[in-house]
Amino acid sequence: MTDPAWIDAALVAARPRALAALLRYFRDLDTAEEAFQEASLRALASWPRNGPPRDPVAWLILVGRNAALDGLRRRERHEALPAEETISDIEDAEAPLTERLDGAHYRDDVLRLLFICCHPELPATQQIALALRIVSGLSVAQIARAFLVGEAAMEQRITRAKAKIARADIPFEAPGAVERAERLAAVAAMIYLVFNEGYSAASDSARAELCAEAIRLARLLLRLFPAEPEMMGLTALMLLQHARAAARFDAAGEIVLLEEQDRGLWDGKLIAEGLALIDKAMRHRRPGPYQIQAAIAALHARAARAEETDWAEIDALYAALERLQPSPVVTLNRAVAVAKLRGAEAGLRMIEPLAPRLSGYFHFHGARGAFLLQLGRKSEARAAFDQAIALANTPAEAAHIRQHLDRLIGESAAAPRREEG
Amino acid sequence: MRYAILCYHEEDVVWSWTKEEEAAVMDRLRAVRERLTKAGKMGPSLRLMPTTAATTLRKSQEPPLVIDGPFAETKEQLLGFYIVDAADLEDALGIARELAAANPGGAYEIRPVALFNPDERPGAPA
Repeated sequence: MTDPAWIDAALVAARPRALAALLRYFRDLDTAEEAFQEASLRALASWPRNGPPRDPVAWLILVGRNAALDGLRRRERHEALPAEETISDIEDAEAPLTERLDGAHYRDDVLRLLFICCHPELPATQQIALALRIVSGLSVAQIARAFLVGEAAMEQRITRAKAKIARADIPFEAPGAVERAERLAAVAAMIYLVFNEGYSAASDSARAELCAEAIRLARLLLRLFPAEPEMMGLTALMLLQHARAAARFDAAGEIVLLEEQDRGLWDGKLIAEGLALIDKAMRHRRPGPYQIQAAIAALHARAARAEETDWAEIDALYAALERLQPSPVVTLNRAVAVAKLRGAEAGLRMIEPLAPRLSGYFHFHGARGAFLLQLGRKSEARAAFDQAIALANTPAEAAHIRQHLDRLIGESAAAPRREEG
Repeated sequence: MRYAILCYHEEDVVWSWTKEEEAAVMDRLRAVRERLTKAGKMGPSLRLMPTTAATTLRKSQEPPLVIDGPFAETKEQLLGFYIVDAADLEDALGIARELAAANPGGAYEIRPVALFNPDERPGAPA
């Protein structure tokens, strides 16, 4: 009950809800973070001696709030009084705090805490860093490791991002239905960014942790908003993709394509949960991009062998996604399914018109090279793979394309004239 | 007497275990289960998926209403249960204490079983 690992897990789990509530009371992120920090320190001192409280989140809110108020009062003696609105909410907060706190109390608080990380002026990388620092409570060092930058640089990045959101003036009133839906959509997109940051480099364990963190945040949101089909879809999508983590890279850290993966390495528990969620979401008959992508991932997960993949259904789902959210990247993905169904020629025809918009996109040249290779157009394939390598985002991506190239060069060395003819 | 030992814990906390902690808890529980199985006390047990995967059918109206999520929104959630055969309540509590030592946090509700229908399907999974 009181061992350090359990207390750590309890503090990590409590952080989003406790910090979100403290943010509402103090309306200032730094004050809220300091309050939570102080409460955590007191928990570490008190819980091993007295046992954990019945409601750790409420305990942390109360203790953190009182500690921060003491701090404010101490400072008052030396400085001018704090601005009235800084403490105006505190008296009102007393009554609800003594009540039993349930999910409904935290719902909009947690959403607001996540939403402030989604400021549209912040680039994606800063949104992710901010969410990991503020909501997940990862240390600057941990985040710096995940982004492969120095600690000082990351510290600076987070400080600048915080300064920007401090000026943003997020309203603290409970949001209306439309605003709540908008916030949820922005937060879902941000959580998926966190996931993809980890997913793109899952062979690196510091970044792979980001996938698990994104899933944890999604589950937290889904518990607070249990009837949102797109939140179910997002959670399912991430679970189904994360389930393949162990199979996506080989021992040398090279990418293993979906159809070549050892499906025995897929995590059956995560797949089962993902399938259960997509099943629930479908009942609402309110399809959205996350649900459709999850449904596609589910079709892959349901195929015991790569050859059993239902490419016709995947093609249909990508077509639905194209209608809902037209994007050249979606069409590119659809072309892969089309190539499986009707051959590489059909796939190639589908992606050729995308060239102007995707000329700077690694996967476009990779897919184009693969189609050309299947059609025996080797010198064109080589040119496409060369372009892909130049655009690779990770060493593993570059290495994967290099395998194709090496094979091509090997073949052309064995039969040099054939290629030209 | 047959008892159900219902396992309650905060889902958020269980999800915040690191992979190593999760594996350590599962190993310790497996050892307890094996010991109790040999002693003839441990029956079937199961772990539930998170309550986010749950759907509730409210029978208070006709037709029943389907609601996303668990039946009750509680601070601690029902995460699984064990079926055990114990001599008496003291014995059942002893079993629960052994499980508790292997799996910190949360609570066990020890509830006598009134009716138990075993799996009678031909070829049912053990």
